Amino acid sequence: MAMTGAELIWEVLAREGVEVVFGYPGGAILPAYDALHRSPIRHVLVRHEQGAAHMADGYARASGKPGVAMATSGPGATNLVTGIATAMMDSSPIVCITGQVPSGLIGRDAFQETDVTGITLPITKHNYLVTSPDEIGPALKEAFHIARSGRPGPVLVDITKDAQQGRAEFDWESFRVAQRPSDIPPRLAPSLQEIDKAARLIDQARRPVILAGQGIIHSGASRLLLEFARKAGIPVSSTLLGLGGFPASDPLHLGMMGMHGEAWVNQAIQQADLLLALGMRFDDRVTGDTSSYAPKAIKIHVDIDRAEINKNVRVQLGMVADLSEALRALTGRVQARRRREWLGWIEEQKGCTAVRDIQAMPDNGQLHAAHVIHDIWRLSGGQAIIVTDVGQHQMWEAQYYRHECPRQLITSGGLGTMGFALPAAIGARFAHPQDEIWVIAGDGGFQMTAAELSTCAQEDLKLNIAVINNGYLGMVRQWQEFFYQGRYESTPLHNPDFVKLAQAHGLTALRASGREEAQMAIAEARRRPETLVIDFQVVQEDSVYPMVPAGSSLGEMIRRPGTLVETAAD
Amino acid sequence: MQSVAKFWKKGQSTQTLVLHVDDRPGVLDRVASVFRRRAFNIQSLSVGPAEREGVSRMTVVMQGARAEARRAEANLRKLIYVLDVENISSTPSVERHLALIKVRANPAGRREILQVCEVFRARVVDVGNQAMIIESTGTARKTDGLLEVLRPFGILEMARVGAVSMTRGMATRQLEAQDEAASQRLAS
Repeated sequence: MAMTGAELIWEVLAREGVEVVFGYPGGAILPAYDALHRSPIRHVLVRHEQGAAHMADGYARASGKPGVAMATSGPGATNLVTGIATAMMDSSPIVCITGQVPSGLIGRDAFQETDVTGITLPITKHNYLVTSPDEIGPALKEAFHIARSGRPGPVLVDITKDAQQGRAEFDWESFRVAQRPSDIPPRLAPSLQEIDKAARLIDQARRPVILAGQGIIHSGASRLLLEFARKAGIPVSSTLLGLGGFPASDPLHLGMMGMHGEAWVNQAIQQADLLLALGMRFDDRVTGDTSSYAPKAIKIHVDIDRAEINKNVRVQLGMVADLSEALRALTGRVQARRRREWLGWIEEQKGCTAVRDIQAMPDNGQLHAAHVIHDIWRLSGGQAIIVTDVGQHQMWEAQYYRHECPRQLITSGGLGTMGFALPAAIGARFAHPQDEIWVIAGDGGFQMTAAELSTCAQEDLKLNIAVINNGYLGMVRQWQEFFYQGRYESTPLHNPDFVKLAQAHGLTALRASGREEAQMAIAEARRRPETLVIDFQVVQEDSVYPMVPAGSSLGEMIRRPGTLVETAAD
Repeated sequence: MQSVAKFWKKGQSTQTLVLHVDDRPGVLDRVASVFRRRAFNIQSLSVGPAEREGVSRMTVVMQGARAEARRAEANLRKLIYVLDVENISSTPSVERHLALIKVRANPAGRREILQVCEVFRARVVDVGNQAMIIESTGTARKTDGLLEVLRPFGILEMARVGAVSMTRGMATRQLEAQDEAASQRLAS
């Protein structure tokens, strides 16, 4: 069937199962927008293209399916860049479609022309410049294939205006996705020799720890991980993006590792004689100083991306495989173990943390961010989808919201993109129309993309939005306190009235400054059918503990100061 | 760009990667981007058509140890248009460099230069009144040596290309192996 390139775009999206596109129109993408009214696909008009990329990302992380963002050429395309880089670092499958100036004007510095395929080259899995209508179908189909296969990631398709206007044949079957050497076969299994060797090392280990990353979630291997860990009796620690991949309530779950990981987790890793790294990438926030990282441990690394093996940490055994396949094979081979001594040792380490826990402190009338997150966890029964921004509240969320299921924590880990939460949550809402969704954002990051409140209102979406308001760029302030002699340069914020800001967008809002008020506000948000923005006014100069200073050994942690411990012990 | 010989002297190792890639616009950019993005240093790069239509062959000489080459290789393999990557550093192979050198040469001095060329098996490809152009193919060391000797005459211009390399014997490349497998499938 012959149709215009613009119509073809929507037809391919529909065939790929796309339900919603997040975008912003403009000159070079106008033909595509003009063809939208004949498509069943819903379009969400964002307020800034960065929001569109984050929404596509949030949708992808919540659903496991590629999210789609659309923008015009030039500034529209460059505004996507932060969102694309965020998706790249966190292996999130998104497809970005950008308009480009007519092919005859390319290279002539035309109005709103930019070399977007050049700009996004290092932050996409792949990208295309499409200059003729017949290339649109094959390029878009392949873009979806690349975005979701192997290690997922963002793909950008830049389509010239004349390609959108021209006519081409739509023949789905003829749009071939070429077989390429770069393809990772689905369900790629490890070799038997590798599995045997890994099983032998695991059986011999006395103090093993599993490091579970987001790969567990991508592979859908949570249940297999649980079976494996239980059979082999190995405790599981998670990376930030791996949280939810293993149930937090399971006795074998240790919690998050790394810079703001619980002390016992980092101590266990440093004492381990075997690390089994599954779908994670030994980020510097996870390892601290690599030369002193887990010095006694034999390291086994399983990842779908060969380039991750031996990138940051040298391993004794690297397996390029799909985690479900690897775990299924390993569970069959390893011996059943209890490892009481090792688990007992870890349990002992937890003792000294309990007294430092802010939850154990008597109520002095002040509201701590950790209280707010703990209460959201308690009142939502640990079942909500939490979308966080970046900073202190993000780390407290990781520590205090105990996730039981995959895809219930959506957060920018690798790139650490402030402003991610609100748009990502809007995207997640389209993936899960009925589920309880909380945005948890700091007062700094929230303002970076607060314009999307308007999108939220226009689309009539229900979100619970918690602004953790401490009047500072909190994490930076913490670093200034710890490492820059308390010189709070450019971190105090003079904020707008968040309640009025929400109201100006036609949304309902509340303010809470004490524990009781906070709990009432959370309950109110859960009760209401419409979006509620809550301005939680929390203690200004609180810090996230423990903390491994950047570049230090994982065992060297700054702990919550003693005065608080005494208060807790009183 | 420093000469290959100088790197060997300093004990810094280089790795030679041979890539086959789809012959399309922008591929060089994608390959170079991997090296830039991961902070690997390209010492020389040469690109040209391979024996199969639609396929380009690149010889990349990078600075660094084997482990770094492995990382580069793993990242290159992820590129959609890369067909195969092979590190031939420790495989017996033939490596050639081409250089064109324009030397100051008045009629009186020509004879001596011609003698030098003979020793180095270089060819004179252009002779003018005041200068001549010498073409040299061979290893990087040979070209470096020739340059040393020619310098006193006065080198006016030089153009050198990076290494092109090929493994010796019947060493089968992945690409050929794939073709082989495909044709066997078709046959059976």
